[in-house]
Order: sequence, then C-alpha cells, then structure tokens
Amino acid sequence: MQDAFAAAVERWPVEGTPTNPRSWLISTGRFKAIDRLRKTRREVDADVEVIAELPEEPYDLVDDRLRLIFTCCHPALNPDAQVAMTLREICGLTTEEVAAAFLTNPPTLAQRIVRAKAKIRDARIPYEVPEQRDLPERLASVLHVVYLVFNQGYFRRADLALEAIRLGRLLAELLPEPEAIGLLALMLLHDARRQSRTTTTGELIPLEEQDRSLWNREQIQEGVSLVERAFGLRQIGPFQLQAAIAAVHAEAATPADTDWTEIVGLYDVLMRADPSPVIELNRAAAVAMRDGPEHGLKLIDEILARKELTEYHLAHAARADLFRRLGTKPEAIAAYQQALALAVEEPERRLLQRRLRELGVQATT
Amino acid sequence: MRYLCLIYEDEKWWDKATQSDLQQGMAEYNGFTESIKKAGNYIGGEALQPTKSATSVRVRNGKLSTTDGPYVETKEQLGGYYLIKAKDLNEAVQVASRIPGAKHGTVEVRPVMEFDQP
Repeated sequence: MQDAFAAAVERWPVEGTPTNPRSWLISTGRFKAIDRLRKTRREVDADVEVIAELPEEPYDLVDDRLRLIFTCCHPALNPDAQVAMTLREICGLTTEEVAAAFLTNPPTLAQRIVRAKAKIRDARIPYEVPEQRDLPERLASVLHVVYLVFNQGYFRRADLALEAIRLGRLLAELLPEPEAIGLLALMLLHDARRQSRTTTTGELIPLEEQDRSLWNREQIQEGVSLVERAFGLRQIGPFQLQAAIAAVHAEAATPADTDWTEIVGLYDVLMRADPSPVIELNRAAAVAMRDGPEHGLKLIDEILARKELTEYHLAHAARADLFRRLGTKPEAIAAYQQALALAVEEPERRLLQRRLRELGVQATT
Repeated sequence: MRYLCLIYEDEKWWDKATQSDLQQGMAEYNGFTESIKKAGNYIGGEALQPTKSATSVRVRNGKLSTTDGPYVETKEQLGGYYLIKAKDLNEAVQVASRIPGAKHGTVEVRPVMEFDQP
C-alpha cells in the first residue's frame, strides 16, 4: 500500500485530488503490486488479496494512513507480525530488511506476515481507526510498536529510528493524544543525542561522558515543548513521563547540573503509572545520583533479591558502576563481568570491556 | 459475520459460590444476554454443565473409544458460549469484553467458517 501513498504524493499536486481517493488508492495499490509482482511474486500475492477485500467506504487520505497503522498494529495480531507489517506496509522496508533488523530469518518473518494477513481477512479485522471508546487501548498498541521500531534502530539501524520518529510525528499530528505526543517527544529527545552516543570505533559513551555540544539543540527544544504541550492536556502517561525525564537530562548544561531530585520525582510517578522492574532499576540509579551510590545499591539489590532482572545486563552494569564509584574494586569487577556475559549489543559490550580494563582486568571475551 | 465466543472460567468458582454469588452471577449473564439481544448481536448461547460430566469420544480404525472427562484438562474450563453476529472483529471483541466471565476468565473469539450456499 505504501507504494500507492508514494504515488499519491507524487501525483496529486499535479492532478488534484481524485474524486474517490479510496478506490483510486486501492487500484493504484493493485497496479503497483503488479509492478512488484515481477520482482517478488510470492509476497505481493497476499497484498493484492487483502487490498481486494477492503470494503468501500467514505474516505479521506489522511485517515487512510491512520487506518493502515491501526490495522497493522491490531492487538489481535501476532506482536512480531505487527512490527514487521508496520515496517513493510507503512515504512516501505523489504521483508529482508525487517528480518535483518530483528535478527530473524526472512522466511520465518514472511510466514508470520502471511499468517497475520490471513487473520485480517478471515477474522475480519476492520480497516478503520478505532472508535473513541477503544482508542486508548488501541493507540497504546500502536505506540508500543512505534517505540519498538525506534529502539531497534537505536544501535543497529539509525534509519529505523528516523522511520519511527516519522511515524510518531504522523500519529501526533493526526491524533494529538497526550501519549502520542509524549512518545514523539521521547524519541526526539533520545535521538538528539545520537552524535554523542558512540565513539568513532563504535563504543557506547555513557550520558555523563558525552560531549554535550554535539547534542541537537533544535530537536531538544522541540522535544521539550512537546512534553509541555502533552502535560498541559492533563492525562499523564508513561511515555510523557519518560520524555519528561529525558528532557531534564537534555536541559542540563553539564552532568553536575542535572536535577536529580526532579528525575527521582518523575520516576516515582512513573512507578505508580506503569510499575516495572526496569523502571525501578532506573529509579535506583537516579536515587544513587541524588543520595549517594550506597542508597542506589541497596535498591538494586532488593530488585535482584526478588529474582527480578537477574538476567538483565543493565542491572549488573548499574551495580558495577555504583561499586566503582564507591571504590570497591573486586565487587565492581565481578558485576561488570556478569554484565558482559549477558550483554548482546556490541557498543555496550565495548563500554563494559573498557570499564574492566580501567579496573586493571585484561581483555578476556 | 458470525463469531463464536467460548467462555473459559474456573468452574471451581461456581462450586464455591454462595447462594447470593450464584444469583448475582446469573443476573449478570441474564442482563448481558438481554443487552445483546436488544442490540441485535445475539444468535444463540448456552451454559454448560461442569467438565466432570464431560465424555470424550474418538473413533480410530472404526473402533469407538469413550473416555471420562474433557478433551484437555486446563486450569480454566469451557463453561459456556455465545454465538453472535458482528460486523467485524472489533465489534465482536467489544461484545466479548462485556461477557461477565471475561472479568475473571478468558473469552476466546472464533470467526465462524462461512460456506457458499449451493
């Protein structure tokens, strides 16, 4: 379908809006599909089938992008298929590209997409923007998919992060719900630090060591004002709170200027809105900055004692950082080694290896 | 389009229920049934007796085998169903979400296979 959108954008300024954009779009979709059929025969068959079965309804183009997003991200579909279809149908990635980004093999992914499309048809998942009463749940599911795409782009593919921002922008424009605005703000604020986040050799640079002159000020400004706008709508949610935390970091001129009291306060609210062990871990790290490493350590050890996050590399890395700041070297080394054994992403592994070298441990893995 | 809503609930709940629990449970189901009849979604629906009354039947190589109990033992059991009419899955999910059992059990929504009339 997104081929048809591209064609629409190219042609409408010249030809004017067609009288019945919906059927025009669908027939363009078919036409383009036939073009693509020469290249990737099997994949497109399913497209044509689904497109052919979309009901005729009154329609406008803006709405159609939203409908496509809500259909791809329908919670009745397999979660992996939701992400994959969003990237394929809306962002225009190939199945191979999606598979590479998510470390799965293309046939498995293609299979999931085919199954999801069959379910859209057989269970009659409607091609529509949900009604107001269903909107909170359905929007949450869409925002979740967009954020997943963004996070996947964080280390592996910068263009995926940009796609996610583009989608987030579209959602926030077409459906200015507080959480949609909050997610866009969050992504802009994280992405504003892209240039300063890794060394030229691909090692992760922690926040407090980043060169803040490399941060994209314009983007931070946009993120901050979006947070303010969302908060003004008085329906606070997890994305808005995370964005607000990112905004406090982004607005600090130096690490020492960071308002840790404000950040801990925001984590307190976040823990009430959307409690999870990961949020609790981040809160513990903020408490360590506000009250001292030993206070943060106590909180992290409480989480681990409950057998939560024991396999999560960042829990061990955070612990290690706090031991390092306390100057207790053997504990710091042990915790960094645990973190390294669990970490998968190369930039994070390199940072952990550097920390171990700094503590006098020879490179092992 | 027709959808079958299969209601899975912990049937032990009904065993343990007091008289007033039972009355309230029945009233909720009756109210729900009335509401979907009025809205035009209702086609049919029944409550089932507990799985201890179930019998599983198989025929293998022409030989009948009958066993006591449900097809699979599960933590929540199929306790009833509604057959509904809905314009799409979203409407079906809306209806299913109002089935009283959805509050503590699980409702599985299955589209009915429609065959072309000869």
